[in-house]
Amino acid sequence: MIVGNRKPLEEILQLVKPYKKILLLGCRECITVCAAGGEREVGVLASELKLSRAKDGGEIEVKEHTLERQCDYEYVDQIKPFVDDYEVVVSMACGAGIQYVAEKYPHKIVLPAINTTFLGVTLEQGLWAERCQGCGECILHLTGGVCPVARCAKSLFNGPCGGSADGKCEVNKDTDCAWQLIINRLKELGQLENYEQIIPAKDWSTARDGGPRTRVREDLRLT
Amino acid sequence: MRLSYPTNIKVVKVPCTGRVDVLTILKAFEAGVDGVYVAGCLEGECHFLKGNLRARKRVNYVKQLLQEVGIEPERVEMYNLSSAQGQRFAQIAEEMTEKIRTLGPSPIKKRTDAFKA
Repeated sequence: MIVGNRKPLEEILQLVKPYKKILLLGCRECITVCAAGGEREVGVLASELKLSRAKDGGEIEVKEHTLERQCDYEYVDQIKPFVDDYEVVVSMACGAGIQYVAEKYPHKIVLPAINTTFLGVTLEQGLWAERCQGCGECILHLTGGVCPVARCAKSLFNGPCGGSADGKCEVNKDTDCAWQLIINRLKELGQLENYEQIIPAKDWSTARDGGPRTRVREDLRLT
Repeated sequence: MRLSYPTNIKVVKVPCTGRVDVLTILKAFEAGVDGVYVAGCLEGECHFLKGNLRARKRVNYVKQLLQEVGIEPERVEMYNLSSAQGQRFAQIAEEMTEKIRTLGPSPIKKRTDAFKA
């Protein structure tokens, strides 16, 4: 899932300072699961905004609304009947959702309340970790199911580097060395011959380096 | 025992403090209350095992939120006592009332009609 973090209240307050009527828009997908921008978080932020404004003697009207997804037009269209009743939209979706709402309502100011951080997994309730960088060409079959792109600080394809000590990365002593994990896993799977293979330099044009990406399935297109 | 406690305290009954959500407390502040305390069972004696421990975590989270908003975090507290400790209940009620009185009224001036009623 896409994992994000809510922006600090102070920053959000600064963003909404000039406005009195706000549409606070949550998302029921990934950002709900990582407890950053779902219905509950929308409720908490709305309450914080109202308390802050009331404390300073100001007025604010916050409409709480949570869409199934903010990254699909069918759902983004649902706010059409009432979006113009509000001065500004504060989106609690990931960067994709925030942009899509802005794109669909070009006349509307759309403000972000979330810092989108990574593609990851839930390790336990309340703890999430990065696992994928969407590089566009998966090599997990060679690396025992552990991604060197996302999990090695240097994204090394033939590791580990000299900064690996006792299975930890030099960047942070709490971060596992991805290559240590890869070797351990390959050993366990009896696939150490994979480690002997030198992985050639990656063609990063499939990743972000190739510019913004799109995906097409012609058979599904309606036009 | 016929103990008395300050009349300014309004009791909201919940089946277990594990039911108390962050928003439950925030809504009370929105309504204009001056303080909130959660009275849970003694730690280790929750009938649902972890209800009171979860409530304590949530109370601590609300403290952070209040701090962010600029409201004194001391306005919300968690207490643990058993249902057999009537005396302690009255004592806590006094203690919290005194504390809130020292802090003064909540900075949220606008009080809703619902609260007035």
